[in-house]
Amino acid sequence: MANFYSDNDTLKHYLTHPMMEKIVELKERNFADADKYDYAPQNFEDAMDSYDKVLDIVGDICANVIAENAEEIDHEGPSVKNGRVVYAKGTEKNLDACRKAGLMGMSMPRKLGGLNFPITPYIMAADMVSRADAAFENIWGLQDCAETIYEFADDAQKEKYIPRVCKGETMSMDLTEPDAGSDLQSVMLKATKKEDGTYVLNGVKRFITNGDSDIHLVLARSEEGSKDGRGLSMFIYDKRNGGVNVRRIENKMGIKGSPTCELVYKDAPAELVGSTRLGLIKYVMALMNGARLGIAAQSVGISEAAYREALSYAKDRKQFGKPIIEFPAVAEILSTMKAKLDASRALLYACSRFVDMYKIYDDIAKERALTPEEKKEQKYYSKLADAFTPLAKGMTSEFCNQNTYDAIQIHGGSGFMKDYKCERLYRDARITSIYEGTTQLQVVAAIRHVSTGTYLNKIKEFEAESVHPEDEAIKNTLVFMTQQYADAVQAVFGVDDQGFHDFMARRLVEMAGHIIMGYLLLEDVQRNETFRKSLEVYVKYGQAEVAQHASFIGNFRPEQIKDYLYKEEPAEKESEA
Amino acid sequence: MSLNIIVLAKQVPDTRNVGKDAMKADGTVNRAALPAIFNPEDLNALEQALKLKDLYPGSKVTLLTMGPARAAEIVREGLFRGADYGVVLSDRAFAGSDTLATSYALSAAIRKLGDFDLIIGGRQAIDGDTAQVGPQVAEKLGIPQITYAEDILSVDNGEVTVKRRLESGVETVKGKLPLVITVNGTADECRPRNAKAVQKYKYAAVPSEVANDEQKKEFIEKRPYLSIGEWSAADVDADLAQCGLSGSPTKVKSIQNVVFTAKEARKIENTEEELENLIIDLIANHTIG
Repeated sequence: MANFYSDNDTLKHYLTHPMMEKIVELKERNFADADKYDYAPQNFEDAMDSYDKVLDIVGDICANVIAENAEEIDHEGPSVKNGRVVYAKGTEKNLDACRKAGLMGMSMPRKLGGLNFPITPYIMAADMVSRADAAFENIWGLQDCAETIYEFADDAQKEKYIPRVCKGETMSMDLTEPDAGSDLQSVMLKATKKEDGTYVLNGVKRFITNGDSDIHLVLARSEEGSKDGRGLSMFIYDKRNGGVNVRRIENKMGIKGSPTCELVYKDAPAELVGSTRLGLIKYVMALMNGARLGIAAQSVGISEAAYREALSYAKDRKQFGKPIIEFPAVAEILSTMKAKLDASRALLYACSRFVDMYKIYDDIAKERALTPEEKKEQKYYSKLADAFTPLAKGMTSEFCNQNTYDAIQIHGGSGFMKDYKCERLYRDARITSIYEGTTQLQVVAAIRHVSTGTYLNKIKEFEAESVHPEDEAIKNTLVFMTQQYADAVQAVFGVDDQGFHDFMARRLVEMAGHIIMGYLLLEDVQRNETFRKSLEVYVKYGQAEVAQHASFIGNFRPEQIKDYLYKEEPAEKESEA
Repeated sequence: MSLNIIVLAKQVPDTRNVGKDAMKADGTVNRAALPAIFNPEDLNALEQALKLKDLYPGSKVTLLTMGPARAAEIVREGLFRGADYGVVLSDRAFAGSDTLATSYALSAAIRKLGDFDLIIGGRQAIDGDTAQVGPQVAEKLGIPQITYAEDILSVDNGEVTVKRRLESGVETVKGKLPLVITVNGTADECRPRNAKAVQKYKYAAVPSEVANDEQKKEFIEKRPYLSIGEWSAADVDADLAQCGLSGSPTKVKSIQNVVFTAKEARKIENTEEELENLIIDLIANHTIG
């Protein structure tokens, strides 16, 4: 029977990454739950076996339920009736399967009803769900929001809401408003404190994914008269209480099965999460980081689906008497797609491991004081997670767009028709580089890790690792690329001009990305020879990209920026008649 | 109200995905070449049982299967999906059972399991396609049966309401508990394995599977829920004369490998002569007569 886990060996490769042992032991607190819960692991091997078995369930549901329903959901889509969202029938079936399989609240602790999975295997599930249907990933993947409740809400709120998520209630994060998109500091939804200390919400939210969910996290302005992000707080709105209606849902280009809602809040009762004023600057930042990792997983999943569609078509389709895959022009597209896919996945799971490490340390720190050694590691991984999350989201979503574009190209004229899956993948992919922060905003988050050297330091650590003798040559290429990157960073930040830095930021971040993904694939090859081809192809590709950026930056004089800046020409004077 | 439900299940060779070596030269099934799976319609039956368990909390679902010790695999599959307990009826004395001997052995095991409200099984197994075992179990136990069920709708006041799928349409019937129900493949598909149940029951085993592993044996002894029953003919007080080959009146005379060779339809004109020729041909090739 088809299974998206057992047919994709790369997932198991990352599940068995050497860092997982430490992650699992910390996450399981040396297996303290072993005798408390009948489904808790006894030791590391037992835990890995459980992840493997649960991911096999996910792979089964993805291949046989979610992927099967995807096309119909794309056509049918959700609708709004009396202020409530009605999912497409297939979406309900998908949700039912995920609930019965117990795949909600996967990363939540057992005492709150979860599976206590680290982020890494959870992201693997998201990777597969996205390959099956990117639109459904949005609904299922919003269980991520439970992380934010777990990290910042009080015990009573955790005990009230998290078990409900684990049982299958859905979530949403209500952030965007008509006049607050990328700029969330402008959020206007009003939170009013009542005499009994509780709050009510009034106003409008827009573009809210799964906006008719059971449990909402809402960003609202609690400080009257404030104008910026420091007046914003985070709230939980429970649909059971009523007060929020769906005014309309958007008619979108892709991910059509995921309802994107406009919400009207009318004296909707809400509970404050954590402290007032920290809504945007602390909680939403954490929420967004989790969501960005989720979008990176979504991007990798769509890339996987696109590559498989293209590969199978190129093998089947015959022109000029042979399958088109035998033509070098087609073979190059396919091998580059595969290299970008593998590089994306390498970056995704490197990032998820860093996120796992710092989150687990953060959680342990609530139970006991960390040792100095642990504190050092917590800081180290927290910084890496901060640096790798925008890099992963930015790079994987752009590659995902490129891969779905190429999948259509491989299909030729047939790919332009509605008959093949690649057209849906192309439409679904398009949002990945936009929501949860556009690629341009990922660059804004990533650039300080270029200027402060987080990326370069990590690259130097990769460089210090020994590789098999036959891999020395490709490593030398990566060392050379690193020098080009370091020179380019010097050239840009040597000029004291913020505008110039901003202008060149995307190129520098991409250079770092290519080198890092090259090293990650090199690391993969040390454990698993099947990554060899992708390593070779990716480094060839990355080398050319880095050289191109180096050339652009090297040949650019800061004052040339003026040619790129838009300036309204003064209107011509009307000639006197 | 809670129900005591027994689900009859069989581990079968996966005849839906047959390769070239699926049959041996003598025309019998090459079991080694085919993966062993949970008989598909028994999964439909399990789903009906689990649905009743959802409807009537506190209900207990016990899986009963006859086969070698490795049939414990499908009991584990059942536990992963929500069953509470399982028994493998396993004894050399059962080898070679036809449907009569199988239903005898199963009914003996059911008596040993004790009180029950419902016995649910798949309509038929994909290896034999007889659809006889369920009805025979009902006869042996002297209780009513409802066949071809597509949906078990409810249980009220000792009566079950069942939607049946028949060739001519759909009918809804009621039956008095306890009774046997056999379920069609058109019923709801079985729910997926559950993540917590898989982690909880992955080490569940019958005693003979762990006989040589002291560590596993001890692990299971400490956790009674991991123990799958393994019963012999003696355990269920079976009369050996009614078991296995000696209890099986069915004798296979020969098995033919039929390959369809006809390629095109034959056109018959609507004349007396053509029709007469057709009838002569059909009698000659033993299609009629």
